[in-house]
Amino acid sequence: MTRAKKKVIKIININADKCNGCRACEIICSSFHATPRYSSTNPARSRIRVIRDPLADIYIPVYAGEYTAAECAGRDKYTIGGKEYDECAFCRASCPSRDVFKEPDSGLPLKCDMCESDPSLDEPMCVQWCLADALTYEEREEEAPEERIVGELDAGLEALANKHGWQQLMDAMSRMSK
Amino acid sequence: MRYAETGFNLEVDLTRGNIERVPTDPRLTELHLGGLGTNARLFWDRVPPEVQPFSPDNLLVFGTGILVGTPAPGTNRTIVSCISPQTRLFGFSMMGGFWGPELKHAGYDKVIIRGKSPELVYLWIKDDKVELRDASHLRGLGTLESAEVIRQELDEPHAAVASIGLAGENRVFFASIEQGRSSASRLGLGAVMGDKKLKAIAVRGSGDINIARPAEYMEICNEALRYIVHREKNPIEGVMPILRGLGSPQEMAIHDEKWHTENFAWGNARVRRKGFWTKEISEQWTNTMETMRTRLLSCHNCPMKCGAAISVDTRLCSYMMKCFSKLTYTMGAFSDLEFGLRIAQKATEHGVDAFSAPQTMAFALELLEAGILTEQDMPGMPLDNEGRFYWLLDRIVRREGIGDILADGTYWAARAIGKGAEEYAHNNIKKTEQLPLKLGMLNPMYYLMYSTGEKVNITQIEGNFPQAPFPTREEREEFVKDWVHVPDDRFKKWFVDWELRGKNSIPHYPPIDATCEIVNWQEKLHYIDDCTGMCAGLSSFPYKPPFHIHNLPRLISAGTGLDLDEDSLTHLTRRNRDLVRANNLRRGMTRKDEEPPADHWKRRFPELETRLKDEYYKFKGWNNDGVPTRESLLELDLEFVAKDFMERGILRDGQDPPADSEASKASSEGSES
Ligand code: SF4
Ligand code: SF4
Ligand code: SF4
Repeated sequence: MTRAKKKVIKIININADKCNGCRACEIICSSFHATPRYSSTNPARSRIRVIRDPLADIYIPVYAGEYTAAECAGRDKYTIGGKEYDECAFCRASCPSRDVFKEPDSGLPLKCDMCESDPSLDEPMCVQWCLADALTYEEREEEAPEERIVGELDAGLEALANKHGWQQLMDAMSRMSK
Repeated sequence: MRYAETGFNLEVDLTRGNIERVPTDPRLTELHLGGLGTNARLFWDRVPPEVQPFSPDNLLVFGTGILVGTPAPGTNRTIVSCISPQTRLFGFSMMGGFWGPELKHAGYDKVIIRGKSPELVYLWIKDDKVELRDASHLRGLGTLESAEVIRQELDEPHAAVASIGLAGENRVFFASIEQGRSSASRLGLGAVMGDKKLKAIAVRGSGDINIARPAEYMEICNEALRYIVHREKNPIEGVMPILRGLGSPQEMAIHDEKWHTENFAWGNARVRRKGFWTKEISEQWTNTMETMRTRLLSCHNCPMKCGAAISVDTRLCSYMMKCFSKLTYTMGAFSDLEFGLRIAQKATEHGVDAFSAPQTMAFALELLEAGILTEQDMPGMPLDNEGRFYWLLDRIVRREGIGDILADGTYWAARAIGKGAEEYAHNNIKKTEQLPLKLGMLNPMYYLMYSTGEKVNITQIEGNFPQAPFPTREEREEFVKDWVHVPDDRFKKWFVDWELRGKNSIPHYPPIDATCEIVNWQEKLHYIDDCTGMCAGLSSFPYKPPFHIHNLPRLISAGTGLDLDEDSLTHLTRRNRDLVRANNLRRGMTRKDEEPPADHWKRRFPELETRLKDEYYKFKGWNNDGVPTRESLLELDLEFVAKDFMERGILRDGQDPPADSEASKASSEGSES
């Protein structure tokens, strides 16, 4: 059974046409995540990286996504609007095939955490510092289907139902959830 | 731990191929901060006045400002210094872009180059790994072409590369060092790099830059960003379009060129073309820019987008342009904007200064017209102006035929050509070509700035004080309302009282004492920027910038951990300013060299000018020859300069030498009367 539920989706809109290549996003991300906060700057530690190839007029901000233990079997190479992008250009993975999205000294993977902090920020830091509006932020509420519960819980409930019968189990649950 | 700076320099001896990572003395940071300040100290300590520009003992120093690579917007400047082949003085030029921050992240504040390499090489710096690599395959390649080849062969697409082109390799006196989005163009630094057979320096770094008091530092940075947004929404009214906003003059974004095309002089800085900017021209040039400009571009960590990718023919970006280089070729050749943008692509690849190169070419064509040069000097030169400019550029960067003479710039070329050619090298200060401005009435502030600026470039000393009064008192009162940038309220009054005509107008207004203060204030801001590596476009150059004398001491202190307030930062800046001057005085610069071009203004006032210079020298703590007095040198902890000056007879017995410079020359030769 699934039930509709509201959930907040955090969206960073990336308009690469507006990017002026300034790297402010990289700078502030790395400063924000330094310990203590802002104590050092190092774009190599940033969770956003601007892929720049000025003579090809390429400027694409890319956010760090999941870590992957193994590189892809093949490679993608895009051409868009006459511009040829390097292999893996748009990929967000912290991947053994390249050195972006890894801590420079330890090699540990980096991942964008949307600047999670307490108190939470109005907007992620990279967005705040991108005065060119290449990065903008929006929050959207979405009807999100609750994920079907699987695994341990399913198995446990099934065991209880077998023992007490489904009706008794549901009665007990509705009492408890009041 | 060292804050903001890395605490290490890279010493490269090209003669022996030796590379060393050398810790710097924290005491020098306290005395001179960084950038230009510590560069000037290096030259004082290591480059005696006998060293010629093309001697292996000349240093070529790439010195980042102390705040470069920190989160403060606009902190990306590298101050490149050497003894200039053009002025034979201590030359320095700033480049923005991305090179400086990469060097800091690689772990170095400066790269100090000495000696000469036997073969053409380039330097590759990647964090701790530094090596000299063969560059024979890059010989003759353009600056951007070389950078591309280097990035590819190193498989380092994001390495920042500063490179010379053919002009630098052939020691053209106005050769630049190009770095993609930016360049160090003035005073022939590229020629010295070429003389050392160093084609390029590529750098990529992945280390931290530390901040002493992070929370305080970020507060000032965020405040500055908010102010930039506010200032962009509220441009200054009543001034020409390029001066309304922040940043370097917004030449790439703005289409209205009425002011430049009608007020600056065309050709060899000769012809004012009133009424040039018609609707037709405006439409044509707007169309050119809209078609050829692909994207507006910023430097490292700056929102101002003062540069642009320019597309010539098929490439989306053939090169990157900024500032007034937009018009220098166009106006030099009496042509149109498309020609200017096209030839600038070639000129950027060859690596020449966009002020000096077109002026030198226009100078050559004037000499031809005057019969001082002849057709025989220019075999095969096309007949049309545009063709001639391309032809001359090619001869100059190759040093072929007449190009070999012209490659030394108008001052030296005129002397080599003789036959009255000197008259045509009319737009120089300290042997260097200036902006092509020819005006009517002497402006006392500009008189002093042109005369005494040791960067030999007006844009590197002018700044926060409006270039002209606004027509009405109401407008001026409005302007000063949120003018928090001034050192104190007297500056507001001087501006409010400044009139276009009458008693309170130039040349006799502002009064001499006010003129000294205003000039000094503007220059001081530039010298601070050149030590911090802050771009002038967010500080010393535009009206009402985010950074100024009241917040810079806090910013520098929070970043570096030094304890500076307005007074101590002012004191430190005076020290650096006088040390730059000391380098030049030791190399023979005199009061006589401190003059604007004779034809800069139609109406000159010799007596007033003398008084202005006398008073300004006094104000600066200099004697009547422009030499810092022993007293003021001691006050600035520059006793080693005082001692040297005494030994050389530049200062004598703590006494000012006689005001008359002929007499002082005679006395230094020992014929005291
Ligand atoms: S801050 Fe914005 S404009 Fe600057 S590089 Fe990042 S995305 Fe591009
Ligand atoms: S959202 Fe925050 S963590 Fe993610 S890239 Fe931007 S600044 Fe970094
Ligand atoms: S103001 Fe302009 S020139 Fe200066 S750093 Fe910013 S983009 Fe570069």
